[in-house]
Amino acid sequence: MSYSRPLDLKHGRVDLSHGSGGRAMAQLIHDLFVRHFDNDYLRAQTDGACFALPAGTGRMVMATDSHVVSPLFFPGGDIGCLSVHGTINDVAMAGGKPLYLAAGFILEEGYPLADLQRIVVSMAEAARAAGVPIVTGDTKVVEQGKGDGVFITTTGIGIVPDGILLDPRRIQPGDRVLVSGYLGDHGVAIMSLRENLSFDTAIQSDTAAIHCLAGAMLAAVPSMRVLRDPTRGGLAAVLNEFACAAGCGIVIRERAIPVRDEVAAACELLGIDPLYVANEGKLVAVCPAEDAERLLEIMRSHPRGRHAAIIGEVIADPNGFVQMETTFGGRRMVDWLTGEQLPRIC
Amino acid sequence: MKYVDEFRDGEIARKLAATLAAEVQPGRSYRLMEFCGGHTHAISRYGLLDLLPPGVQMIHGPGCPVCVLPIGRIDSAIELARDKGVILCTYADTLRVPASGGLSLMRAKAQGADVRMVYSCDDALRIAREHPDREVVFFGIGFETTTPMTAVVIQQAAALGLSNFSVFCNHVLTPAAMVHIMESEGDSSRVALDGFVGPAHVSTVIGYGPYEGFAQHYRKPVVIAGFEPLDVLQSILMLVRQINAGRAVVENQFTRAVTREGNLKAQARVAEVFELRECFDWRGLGEVPDSALRIRATYAAYDAERCYSMAYRQVPDPKACECAAILRGHKHPRDCKVFGTVCTPDHPIGACMVSSEGACAAHYTYGRFKEVPLRAEVNT
Repeated sequence: MSYSRPLDLKHGRVDLSHGSGGRAMAQLIHDLFVRHFDNDYLRAQTDGACFALPAGTGRMVMATDSHVVSPLFFPGGDIGCLSVHGTINDVAMAGGKPLYLAAGFILEEGYPLADLQRIVVSMAEAARAAGVPIVTGDTKVVEQGKGDGVFITTTGIGIVPDGILLDPRRIQPGDRVLVSGYLGDHGVAIMSLRENLSFDTAIQSDTAAIHCLAGAMLAAVPSMRVLRDPTRGGLAAVLNEFACAAGCGIVIRERAIPVRDEVAAACELLGIDPLYVANEGKLVAVCPAEDAERLLEIMRSHPRGRHAAIIGEVIADPNGFVQMETTFGGRRMVDWLTGEQLPRIC
Repeated sequence: MKYVDEFRDGEIARKLAATLAAEVQPGRSYRLMEFCGGHTHAISRYGLLDLLPPGVQMIHGPGCPVCVLPIGRIDSAIELARDKGVILCTYADTLRVPASGGLSLMRAKAQGADVRMVYSCDDALRIAREHPDREVVFFGIGFETTTPMTAVVIQQAAALGLSNFSVFCNHVLTPAAMVHIMESEGDSSRVALDGFVGPAHVSTVIGYGPYEGFAQHYRKPVVIAGFEPLDVLQSILMLVRQINAGRAVVENQFTRAVTREGNLKAQARVAEVFELRECFDWRGLGEVPDSALRIRATYAAYDAERCYSMAYRQVPDPKACECAAILRGHKHPRDCKVFGTVCTPDHPIGACMVSSEGACAAHYTYGRFKEVPLRAEVNT
């Protein structure tokens, strides 16, 4: 790369040549993506990554997640780390140990390279911290006005150990429902920045990889029925998915659901329900009743599950209704989210 | 959460419910209408009906500004955005209200109309200032609660000399609608109402004075109630006590926010900018005299109806829809044939299904599990 002008990561901007397959694209990939993601698979500069599978273990799991969050930088994170966490968590919720990630970038012409670098560094740090390398990728550039800065699609693969079978259809009446911590942080952090909402809050997004927590939970309680991360649609959507798939009802107790005071207050102000607000570093688990207390203990002893709680149980109800005992003393339904609460939250 | 949790305390609720159960006269029925959608929502969201003794029945009133907006007015808003090329700023609730021809503001937006969701009319004014080359119209809806803010932005626009901002005014009045409900009560064998849970936020603006004539004339007790579940429960107790004692006066449960005279400054602003409309078409209620406001001639330059020579076309509600009877309290959502089948919050046919404050949407979202014969119980 001698005799070439270095990539101007201070003042430069994405232009169409960065996606055209020529020297500029090669330079962007080499100086930005390969440099920060930094692993042998990428250094090989092939179109795909070849790797050996761990011998004789379980099934493979593959998950993909596109990220279009707006704004790209938010309290507690950015689209970069979010795109790593999101897919790692999807693999983990299938019971898998995440192994490798792929990343596809759609960049908008004119986007500052300095900001792109911040995003790439954040992705690299998130991937390194999680121990899951980004081994292949793709870059496209669209004309100005045809994108919104940066969109990132990540795909992950992992291995589900033998003996683990997570499927909501295995949920049975009597099972317990647990969450791993405070709900609604991510959604409220994003909302606090939206131009027509903007309010001051100390709330940070909870974006985090929770595969280690999930791994510890599955190792201790292999009878686990199902795990899921309550992203868009929040806890309410996950519980309705479970109830629908299982053909059972679910009753939760409002008092038991962990929600930070600041999040509750922000939701109150905005007229929304924290049960429907997105999370990016939490999970919902369903396990047999007899394992629930032990599972809760395991979760609480893990840094990502310190505020875990048992929030309800599964009941026999072919209608698949999710109900909640309110703090007020009545009972009501927790229905699917109608319409959209807030677009482009992740 | 301070100043909120106190009004959602389950322990106090149980005590209040016990008092209520003890004071309700056996065999007597208490049919109470909560006028406001905010109360409907609170009742459903907190499962308040589970705490009421059998004789007490809550009837959902028409106090949801989105629900009572007739199709013709939504059609006009869509025309503004789609055909006149304006930026139409609207509260989110109106986006999904079904209009003529299978349209809604949301669908018009998807087809290219510039419809923008705002959280306050102030945002609409800001958008107008940021886009001096575009015409910006604020779709003003709501009861007396939201009217003063609309008045203020019109005056601000006038003070700034903005020439690209106007308001499509659809503000309506609560007392006129309450009178209309009572006037339609006597015309058939319809079940009578015994009392009203009166508006919370509306009353912070207009005060509780305006209901006194109503209570006296129709011999119906009115209790102005806050929107928290304990407020509603306490108000129901106050109504039951009045009914038992044969009294029919206005009482104020929401003393922390409502006075007899209300917010005089807000009232003055409203009077400066708006005047009474002789007649306004309400979805469900039909034409109600003196029940809405229009912009005064002084502010004609900010009146979208004048600026765009908008003519109102009345459009009948869908035939299968029972919104009219539900908004008047004559029918329960479950009595409507299309409830929960053709008409759901995802595909609303009638207005009551659109806003979360609508009687049908609240019942669908929070209460429909009670309609199912098998009453699911915790089996632990």
